[in-house]
Amino acid sequence: MSDPMAEIRASFFIECEELLEALQDGLAAMDGGDTDAETINICFRAVHSMKGGAGAFGLESLVRFAHRYETVMDEIRAGRLAPDRDAMMLFFRAADVLSDIVRTSRDGEHIDEAEVESVLGQLEALAGGAPEEEEEEVADFQPMGLAIDLDGTPELPADAPWTIRFAPHAELFRSGNEPQHLLRALAALGEAQIVCRQDDLPPLDEIEPEAPYLAWEITLDTDKGEEEIREIFDFVDGICTLEVSGGPSGPALPPLPDLSDLPGTIDDGEAPVVPQAEAPVPDGTARRITLSEPAGDTSGDGPGTPLPSAGGEAPEPAGPPAAPPTRSAASADPAGGSGAGGGAGNGEARQSQAAAQTKPTVRVDLERIDRLVNLVGELVINQAMLSQSVQEAGIPSNSPVSQGLEEFMQLTRDIQDSVMMIRAQPVKSLFQRMSRIVREASAAVDKRVRLKTEGEATEVDKTVIERLADPLTHMIRNAVDHGLESGEKRRAAGKSEEGVVTLTAAHRSGRVVIEVADDGGGINRPRVRQIAEEKGLIPEGLSMTDSEIDNLLFMPGFSTASQISDLSGRGVGMDVVRSSIQELGGRITIASEPGVGTTFSISLPLTLAVLDGMVVRAGGETLVVPLGAIVETLSLADEEIRSIGPGRNVLHIRDTFVPLLDLAVELDYRGPLESYDGSVVLLIQQEDGARAALVVDSIEEQRQVVIKGLQDSYGHVPGIAAATILGDGQIALILDPVDLMSNVAGRSRGAVPSLDLAG
Amino acid sequence: MSLQILAVDDSRTIRDMLKMALTQAGFETSLAEDGMHGLEVLDGMAPDAIITDINMPRMDGFGFIEAVRAQDKHRATPILVLTTESAPELKARARAAGATGWIVKPFDPEKLVRALRTVAGPGGA
Repeated sequence: MSDPMAEIRASFFIECEELLEALQDGLAAMDGGDTDAETINICFRAVHSMKGGAGAFGLESLVRFAHRYETVMDEIRAGRLAPDRDAMMLFFRAADVLSDIVRTSRDGEHIDEAEVESVLGQLEALAGGAPEEEEEEVADFQPMGLAIDLDGTPELPADAPWTIRFAPHAELFRSGNEPQHLLRALAALGEAQIVCRQDDLPPLDEIEPEAPYLAWEITLDTDKGEEEIREIFDFVDGICTLEVSGGPSGPALPPLPDLSDLPGTIDDGEAPVVPQAEAPVPDGTARRITLSEPAGDTSGDGPGTPLPSAGGEAPEPAGPPAAPPTRSAASADPAGGSGAGGGAGNGEARQSQAAAQTKPTVRVDLERIDRLVNLVGELVINQAMLSQSVQEAGIPSNSPVSQGLEEFMQLTRDIQDSVMMIRAQPVKSLFQRMSRIVREASAAVDKRVRLKTEGEATEVDKTVIERLADPLTHMIRNAVDHGLESGEKRRAAGKSEEGVVTLTAAHRSGRVVIEVADDGGGINRPRVRQIAEEKGLIPEGLSMTDSEIDNLLFMPGFSTASQISDLSGRGVGMDVVRSSIQELGGRITIASEPGVGTTFSISLPLTLAVLDGMVVRAGGETLVVPLGAIVETLSLADEEIRSIGPGRNVLHIRDTFVPLLDLAVELDYRGPLESYDGSVVLLIQQEDGARAALVVDSIEEQRQVVIKGLQDSYGHVPGIAAATILGDGQIALILDPVDLMSNVAGRSRGAVPSLDLAG
Repeated sequence: MSLQILAVDDSRTIRDMLKMALTQAGFETSLAEDGMHGLEVLDGMAPDAIITDINMPRMDGFGFIEAVRAQDKHRATPILVLTTESAPELKARARAAGATGWIVKPFDPEKLVRALRTVAGPGGA
């Protein structure tokens, strides 16, 4: 809360982010055919609000761009311009540029002027060019200034008094203006003699209560110009009769001391205008004389002071006695002047209050939340240990202790969920960034591409969202560049020329699944295979399934060199994408159908901190299998097992065959068993529907475990996702069944060894 | 007694700035986020002056001013329009709706306060 302006500025940029999001939403809705007037209104207001705030912080480029953008939107809002396809594309691009300008303004970076100018030019062209409006706007941004033609030279000190005639119309009162306040403001400019003209006042019985009958004649001695005088009447311009004459161009009378009128003039500013104005000056003629009297001590408040002839003398008397009283006597805006002076400067407690009140959210250091998450993790472990001790102590489950512990467990879970919720964010912001990537990518390769998003509200851990941006960007670029065919090819294939990339997020069995799908030509498998062979990644003539070929894309060193383009050929391969996903505890899979398209699915854990798992034993070791991966558990009968080769068994279950894997063997805890009759089996399912049956010795329990990463200490261990600490303090490994399955698949066939590498 | 001001603007930034400027000038400030909200807030107070934005969701500034003026007790309550749009026809429209005056955004706190005093008086100073 150090500097209130800095606080507001920071909050302005946060607001900008929100507005940009609203703008994106609105544009997307419009692009989707939404013609609701409120939708364009929302877009307009978003841009408009950014402009308003930006002006306050002197962010010229933002103001300028937002203004031009807003002008075009206003055209659409007014129905003078149709939001056709080109216009929408430009709006999207303008939104991107706007977001760039916001970012660069915030971080004090430099912006790509060429792009800004280009979009500005296009916006202007779209608006049908209204250059003269722009000129006007520039003038408009001088705060409050209303330019009025002047005959006199405004800035010159006035030796002569101004004569102002002011007669309010009825409309002036109806608009909530009040002559008294206007006169008071006028008096604050210098020294004023105010005379109320009652000539038009009808007899009492003829008076209409709300009709204006009074007029005022003011003689003002001030060093202010006509502009300042008229500015006071800015609000009532056109709803009153106003004449301003005299001033520096008028007859300059020699300043005559006329001290007798002094008290009267001081009062003027303060008390109700009409009565005392009448008192000293019965008639207009008297004015001149009073008025030209030494400004010296009347108005020690700056405006009028220095002129009097007295020169060296005047300041002396004026100083001590006049200064304090005149401050208030000069009326109209003592606090205004001082308060506003401080306005730009530093504030005090008040501002911090102000800032605090309007903020519905709290910004918290991420580290604090992480600490909380860790502590809750410890709490979960602690609670598990406690449960175990209670159980071991032989306390019956209906005892108060056990029941209390039950509630404790529930609470722990609630706390955990709540803490996780703090970190969770909708993927929307991420998706919005991707829509920009699509626009840029499609422009770069000259394809028409539309991005469809689904499940934007899906919430994912903040860290996951942040770390997904890069891999997702790459995948989107790939989809546009390699996935989608060129326009001609699409037409030839009978598809719409406009390619569609679909970005989906959903919660699926305790994980978040994000899919990038294109409706392109699918993976060119012969080509992929050929490349892999050429690069020596696989032996030639190897028999491979389609899915294995697809997975070659993830191999390090596989770069479809012949397809390299500006866009995605940037040295980052899908193998990097894959490892970043794996670092998040996620998996990525491909599904592709020739002529129909390719879908990349990323499956991620909801959180990086806890996991619902099944505690099992295999080969004398305790392991945890993520519950989400387990479809069902069953116990084996010998006749359900079919051998399809040395060391390779499949499980016959409900008319399908599923590879049977002995967990203890796969992890090298022991050799294979003679018979699996009666063994416990976990049926595991991958995101893509592939299944495997995992033989374990026994199932211990189902529980929530806190994930302790192994990555830092051991790197990626095939088949193992992480470790945890169980209730009895024992350390157990958390299995990554899908990784295990793919490794096994690779190993047992001796084919695709590189998949191990990639894994 | 200081002036009581009701300020209506849909932009948080502008609300923050108004609050700061007005508080520094010693005014009591109430805030609202749009016209509808403004009317709700107005219900519980008798401001010496109202400041309102024009472009707002739900109920815009014109609608708000008209609704305020329609209330007998606020027939003469000074209303300043705060807008980035200073086109003459907008001013005309604001006045037709019953606005007392206008301030062009971005506003200079000093001028804002001066304008408020011009329409609402010194506030019992």
